[in-house]
Amino acid sequence: MKILDTPHMERCTGCHSCSLACARLVYGRLSWETAGIRIYPVAGPSAGFDARRCLACKTRPCAIACPTGALSGRTGGGVLFSKELCTRCGDCVPACPVSGILQYNEGPIFVCIHCGQCVDYCPHGCLEMVDVHDTARSQEEVS
Amino acid sequence: MIRDHFRVLEVNMSTGSGRVHELDGRGHAIGGSGLAALLFERFGSPELPWNHETQPFILAIGPLTGAFPMMSKTVAAFKSPYHNQYTESHAGGRSALALRFADLDALVITGRAETLSCVEAGSGKFRIVDASFMKGLDAYAAGRLLRSMCGRAGHRSIICIGPAGETGVAMACVNADTYRHFGRLGGGAALGAKNVKGIIVHGDGSFELPAGQRYRKLFKTVHDGVTGTAIMRKYNRLGTPANLQSLNDIKSLPWRNLRQTSDAEGIKGIDRERFANDALLGKGACAGCPVGCIQIGHVREKISEDNRHIIRQLAYDYEPVFACGTMLGVTDCFQVLEIMDAMEKVAIDSISGGVALAWATEALERGIISEKETLVRLKFGNGAEYRRAAYLLGTGANDFYRLLGQGTLKAAAEYGGSEFACVLGQEMAGYATGELYFASQSLSFRHSHLDSGAYALEQKHDERDIDKAVEFLIGDEPGRCLLTSMVACLFSRSVYTREVMADCLDALGGGHIAANLEETAERIRRHRWQIRFATGFCPDDVELPKRFYKVKTWKGAVDPRYLDRLRLAYGRALKGLVDGKHIKCRG
Repeated sequence: MKILDTPHMERCTGCHSCSLACARLVYGRLSWETAGIRIYPVAGPSAGFDARRCLACKTRPCAIACPTGALSGRTGGGVLFSKELCTRCGDCVPACPVSGILQYNEGPIFVCIHCGQCVDYCPHGCLEMVDVHDTARSQEEVS
Repeated sequence: MIRDHFRVLEVNMSTGSGRVHELDGRGHAIGGSGLAALLFERFGSPELPWNHETQPFILAIGPLTGAFPMMSKTVAAFKSPYHNQYTESHAGGRSALALRFADLDALVITGRAETLSCVEAGSGKFRIVDASFMKGLDAYAAGRLLRSMCGRAGHRSIICIGPAGETGVAMACVNADTYRHFGRLGGGAALGAKNVKGIIVHGDGSFELPAGQRYRKLFKTVHDGVTGTAIMRKYNRLGTPANLQSLNDIKSLPWRNLRQTSDAEGIKGIDRERFANDALLGKGACAGCPVGCIQIGHVREKISEDNRHIIRQLAYDYEPVFACGTMLGVTDCFQVLEIMDAMEKVAIDSISGGVALAWATEALERGIISEKETLVRLKFGNGAEYRRAAYLLGTGANDFYRLLGQGTLKAAAEYGGSEFACVLGQEMAGYATGELYFASQSLSFRHSHLDSGAYALEQKHDERDIDKAVEFLIGDEPGRCLLTSMVACLFSRSVYTREVMADCLDALGGGHIAANLEETAERIRRHRWQIRFATGFCPDDVELPKRFYKVKTWKGAVDPRYLDRLRLAYGRALKGLVDGKHIKCRG
């Protein structure tokens, strides 16, 4: 089972191609905001860019917070999202400690489903789909 | 998905109000350059001066912005403080996508605020904020403050001016998202005249895409095209500084106020390799551009004797390195970056600033002016003095610098030395390739090397045929108008052929635009020129300083007679593009 990883964010140029790809291909939207992966500049001495996304944790606080079962565990980490079951309550958003989920204008939520479609659109190799057991954190958190 | 009209936010700084206009004209103006011309006609006055409070400062994007790769630039249009005529200046950064996701095709600033102010706009937000406390702040500090004043980072764009824009320097630029600029022809002063220190655009909208696979497949085809080896190597891996060595090799790189076109030793300290090995920190990209051509370098400044240093990052490209490097005889890459850094702070266009200081250096050498005017000892190669001079120029430190900031020829008219002023309509860009380029930049719409492919063609061809040259210059322009109406980065022009653009438009519901692209491009070209002529442009008035007649390139010495005849013929062809009633030439 693979998950999306961002092992080379130091190469990110801030082009937002990954966010635009996710919005376009997963959610059918034109946006750099309503996507499962969102890019923000990082200030300070290590200035660069940060990718906000689901880190495919095993504890899944977002799914625990979801009162309707719209978010459920995905094999290998992260969540499966059922649009039909989502009431747009937004409880999942603050539950995620890494701001992985975005709710747009009190409407639908946007979360990475680890499909990997964004990877092909990153021209600088920042993103990878990796086997769960390959990630540094996989031993404790995911597998 | 492409709407059949334009959605434009007008911000009136005099009344402190905003108003959304829905304007017709998508089919014949498209967006970007075409839209800006349409908006100037609606909001601007050809006969009033550039700094009249009613004159608009326009930002416009295109129908494909954000929806396809490298559709990532914004057109700024205004009446220029440099020549008091209509012009455009283009920039990347994040402003294009921010406007797109704010659901705006254009932002028009009119009026003049009572105090220095900032405008904040975006989907669901609009406010004008007093910024009188930012008076005199350099562009770095202004950018930091604006970022802290307006919420979370990332999906927004911040453009701002520095002291030069506030004080009306005709070379003042607008800084766009730190690393990009609306650089040429004084956009900073045009914004400063409205008492606008900064504009923040929040792009937090989200729009439904057409169903089906056509658009998605087409996107992938274009994406694969722009990220293919050729474009990535040229613009991301090597970057535009690669031109330094190649132009130097063919004796087409202006050195020391264009007294030379090559310097085999000097180039070694500032060629692409030296910048890449010693000064490059990383690459950046405009939002929506997978190529990422922005080369980010650094300067390290000692701020006290006890080993305290600060590091600042700044973007460098071929043009600023030519203007602040070879043109000033500065052959150390860090000294070049330090001069550019000083220009960034005061926010003047580094091309214009460098070329102006090159003239001042020669004028000082010749005794036309003295240190009483320059305040520092300008000498080719002396980077530290140029850094100080950049600050003096950007802040208008005395009468001399205030005049020089209005344009090199304005200073030369007062002090003498117009024969060695390197001005082609405005301070020259870095191409001493010969007659075709000199004719092109001196008379073209933006006085930019990107107005035509002359700078590239002339690096390979040495033919001197007036009819063919004029045919090339006139024939090349509509295609570029089309690209700047979309508004594509011109680095993507090999991918965005007319057919591909038509396909992209059609895939997003813009079939009515796609059907007549050739005709529309010609109409936009003529419309832009009509406004330019109506605001006072006359090809006959554009002087060509004698220095350009003495240049030696790889083709040999410039042929003065051919150059004059070419300019005459090109000027005549430009006049032929517009109705005679708009032409205000003397005699």
